[in-house]
Amino acid sequence: MPVTRVHIGAGAGFAGDRAGAALPVVQALAASGVPSFLIFETLAERTLALAQLDRQRDPQAGYSPSLVALLQPVLALCLQHNIRIVSNFGAANPQAAAQRIRAMATTAGFPQAKIAVVSGDDLSARLTTSELAARETDGTLLQGRDSVVAANAYLGAQPIGEALDAGAEIVVTGRVADPALVLGPLVHAFGWRWDDWDRLAAGTLVGHLLECGPQVSGGYFADPGFKDAADFTDIGYPIAEVSADGSAVITKPAGTGGVVSLRTVKEQMLYEIHDPAAYLTPDVVLDITQAEVEQAGPDRVAVRGARGHVRPATLKATVCFESGWFGEAEISYAGPNATARARLAIEIIHARMAQLQPGLVIRADIIGVVSSFGDSAGRDLAAATAESDDVRVRFAARHADAAPVQQLLAEVEALYVAGPAGGGGVRKHLVPQLASASCLIERDLAQPVMELLP
Amino acid sequence: MSELLLHRIAHARSGDKGNRLNIALICYRPEFFDTVAAQVTPDSVAQLFASRAVGAVQRYELPKLRAFNFVLDHALDGGVNASLGLDGHGKTLSFRLLTLPVELPAALLSLVQHPA
Repeated sequence: MPVTRVHIGAGAGFAGDRAGAALPVVQALAASGVPSFLIFETLAERTLALAQLDRQRDPQAGYSPSLVALLQPVLALCLQHNIRIVSNFGAANPQAAAQRIRAMATTAGFPQAKIAVVSGDDLSARLTTSELAARETDGTLLQGRDSVVAANAYLGAQPIGEALDAGAEIVVTGRVADPALVLGPLVHAFGWRWDDWDRLAAGTLVGHLLECGPQVSGGYFADPGFKDAADFTDIGYPIAEVSADGSAVITKPAGTGGVVSLRTVKEQMLYEIHDPAAYLTPDVVLDITQAEVEQAGPDRVAVRGARGHVRPATLKATVCFESGWFGEAEISYAGPNATARARLAIEIIHARMAQLQPGLVIRADIIGVVSSFGDSAGRDLAAATAESDDVRVRFAARHADAAPVQQLLAEVEALYVAGPAGGGGVRKHLVPQLASASCLIERDLAQPVMELLP
Repeated sequence: MSELLLHRIAHARSGDKGNRLNIALICYRPEFFDTVAAQVTPDSVAQLFASRAVGAVQRYELPKLRAFNFVLDHALDGGVNASLGLDGHGKTLSFRLLTLPVELPAALLSLVQHPA
């Protein structure tokens, strides 16, 4: 009998997401009696480069450090109820991630669990830095560099679908397009063709809505008195109930906090979208200009109307490289005339650093007056007339070498004795930086590889 | 006509890709769509973010969602890997868009549910 409906839950929307949040999702999936899948999205742009550095230090490392914390609470329950797991936990080392999951499954009493590994995204052995530079879009950050830390193409949903076709209960990938974690299971379950662009678009839209976890179910949403999300403590992570035509209902487990409403779904539908008629993914070009949403019950929103166009000829790749040092330091001023003392501290630091490190670009903020909204050139801060009697001055700089930034941090600390009156609470930190660039690469340079763990 | 903050008639969410910022702007009620369409233009948004030296501002309309998507080039000080700011992603900037004053026709004022 053909599958008419599947349920897909999201257990994490980023690597730092809440461990244990997936449990109510898995319980709801297990109770549904419908073919079910659980995704974990854990790879931000630079996460993979950090993982690559981990792998260089330890060949058994390089997968998502959150794998165990996120998977442990639900792994046994998923295997017991045939809820199949798809995740990009693999990061820079999907093989090692799969071995770790094998060990966890064995401990949980499922030594025969079928685990698939999807790789082929790593371009570092296939393209030199200058070949990557020649393929960079939207900039020239890679030109003239000696080396990069990581270069990975965004693979599509096909190898995930193949893994599931082959019976995998857990699919662990490296870099794939986030919505592919959802599209792969849908194509597998419904048997959609890889050129059925409208269906692929519908599945990609569902993936886009789920990939950030609770951002569609009341997270990142509340604005008290304007738009509220109930009972935040145990916010429910989302579940999509998807029909064979690609239409879906977005919901969340009964009894959890948060909210699924037209407002939460619209906000997430447009999240990180540029041209809504052409959202490029490896599998399809998604057009949401005719998409519609409808409240279909409490915490249930129906989504339909995605349209698709032929997939792009090239794949996007993210390339990360070392980009020097970033440092910031802060000091507080409070009480009468605090804002004036804060402004004086900024003047002093600029004057001293102009002597010590001429040319070092230093940003200053007064947290409590202008910070988040402000520009790095200080135009907003200069124009601000607001005063506050409890502010924090923040300085930030970046440089290819650590020393000039270190000097700024030392000067901020010296405000303790050589700055305006009543400065306190200095905190400072200095960290090496990774930056990233985007490339477009030929598809044959990133052939996906799917293997079942023996 | 009454002047009020965009925040009272619409909600918003930011996203980033490199040095490009997008802000989804969604009307609380369908009746507000025309007012927002007429007044929250690429020019007015570019002016609001002028201190950040933004490049082109593109506005996409999504009438079925009662929403707009604004895409601001060069709005993020080089992007999250290069910015010296606290919020390199520009996540807070959706609320900067909502500080834009708009003139609402008197007939629609009763539909505004949110406090001043």
